[in-house]
Amino acid sequence: MHYTPLDRAQSQYDVIVVGSGLGGLTSANRLAAAGHSVLLLEHHTQLGGLATWFKRGGHIFDVSLHGFPYGMVKTCKKYWGKAIRDSIVQLQHIVFDNPQFSLTTTFSKEDFIRILHERFGVDQAVVEAFFAAVDAMNFYDDQSLTTRELFARFFPGRSDIHRLLMEPITYANGSTLDEPAITYGIVFSNFMNRGVFTFEGGTDKLIGLMAEELLAKGVDICTGARVDRILVEDGVAVGVAVRGREIRAKAVISNAGITNTIDHLVGPERFAEDFLSRFNQVQVNNSSCQVYFGIRKGETIADIGDLLFTSTADEFSSEEMRRMDTKSRTFSLYYPRTRPQSPPDYTIVASMNANFDDWAGLDKTAYRAAKEAMIERCFNDLERYIPGVRAKVDTIESATPRTFHRYTLHTKGSSFGTKFEGLDISRSLHKEIGGLFHVGSVGIIMSGWLGAINYGVIVANDVDGYLRS
Amino acid sequence: MTREEIKDVILEIIADIDEEADFAQLDADAPLRDQLDLDSMDFLDIVMELRKRYKMQIPEEEYPQLATLTSCVNYLEPKLKDV
Repeated sequence: MHYTPLDRAQSQYDVIVVGSGLGGLTSANRLAAAGHSVLLLEHHTQLGGLATWFKRGGHIFDVSLHGFPYGMVKTCKKYWGKAIRDSIVQLQHIVFDNPQFSLTTTFSKEDFIRILHERFGVDQAVVEAFFAAVDAMNFYDDQSLTTRELFARFFPGRSDIHRLLMEPITYANGSTLDEPAITYGIVFSNFMNRGVFTFEGGTDKLIGLMAEELLAKGVDICTGARVDRILVEDGVAVGVAVRGREIRAKAVISNAGITNTIDHLVGPERFAEDFLSRFNQVQVNNSSCQVYFGIRKGETIADIGDLLFTSTADEFSSEEMRRMDTKSRTFSLYYPRTRPQSPPDYTIVASMNANFDDWAGLDKTAYRAAKEAMIERCFNDLERYIPGVRAKVDTIESATPRTFHRYTLHTKGSSFGTKFEGLDISRSLHKEIGGLFHVGSVGIIMSGWLGAINYGVIVANDVDGYLRS
Repeated sequence: MTREEIKDVILEIIADIDEEADFAQLDADAPLRDQLDLDSMDFLDIVMELRKRYKMQIPEEEYPQLATLTSCVNYLEPKLKDV
């Protein structure tokens, strides 16, 4: 890719985008398509933010390619073009395995209605009423109803059903039963539309295609360019300070975390008291741990499903799922079909939710021991699904909240942005400081690959309106 | 622009957004959203395209006025009379 060395970047652009997560990439693409000059700055050497991958031991490991809703097909076609859209394929087998139930599903509404009726014995009318309720949810609806209350209303006392409905969403966006039901309902119905989809060719191909698209539209891209400050003069954003350079712009979009943006890039002193008091209520979401397994070349493993929600905990608990020694984890399986253009490769990624604070304070020895113990727990669980897998693995790597923090710079290594209240702060940033916008995971809804891309489009529309006013 | 020209512009923009959109059976007084499978993101695209073409600012609270083809034309007619 022909990126621009930072010292060759122009001194003035219409828009500077700070950060190249899927939201930042999409805003940059939309604004360039609308005819604005755009500079995209990324601190890491690779674009994509948390939509990332890495190479180890001859394998490519995808970090956040676990499955997204069907809505990605339309979104990618409209905002990124057909080549990207055409690589989206459905995951066929989503597996649940826990002490309460074991089943395989396409994770679609049709299949869930069947499962809830036949397997869990719920009256068809109740199941349909539940789906009608979640399908009708909008983000501006009443927030007082919690997901716990929603489940209690339709499936009282059925902790097994609560688990079936909630566990995947807790992995997808860190939400808990005590958060607004709309944050659950919107994300859940997105998936229920037609099932779970993935990007054939892997994250590296997707981000590569996006970068090509941006370059073709004349966007200047600088990697290794960590922005120190967003420059504000007379209450208006006027550019950025990056590695000793000042670059001016009519508008700045921060695709850093919303907390990073206000606390560090702009500085709280630039904001009014009442905005800051609202901002101080914003909770960042939890972080993650992952263990990556590469299967030795020439070996094969059986097809045990594409995405496994596994747990040996008695019941669902989002608190249990964030513990260091959690018994709950997903396994994402990547078979040779994930990258059909490459030599056959099998990789497996175990993902767990995690609290940053549990990991942050460990000294070197304790940190290493905790990682080893985590790898061992994942291996033990994986052995139950793929007997003899230990002998086939030639590469093991692991990531903790500290790793997520290092690569994304997110406050407390957050994997899913902020809880619900962050959405309003993100949306109202430009009312506080003219020309300053935020895009990125906030409010749970604008989270995940689809949420981030759609939010990138929404923010690009705001910025375009501002630039043309 | 005449009302007919404005209507053609709207349909052209929608056709760009969704090339499978079928206008043959379109009822001009019924919501576009229900007939053409348009979602809120599509309406955002229409707003952005109108701004690009005619430098027209449509505030978010006025988006509901774009609900049907007829309401679009009514809303845009005074804004595009000199175009």
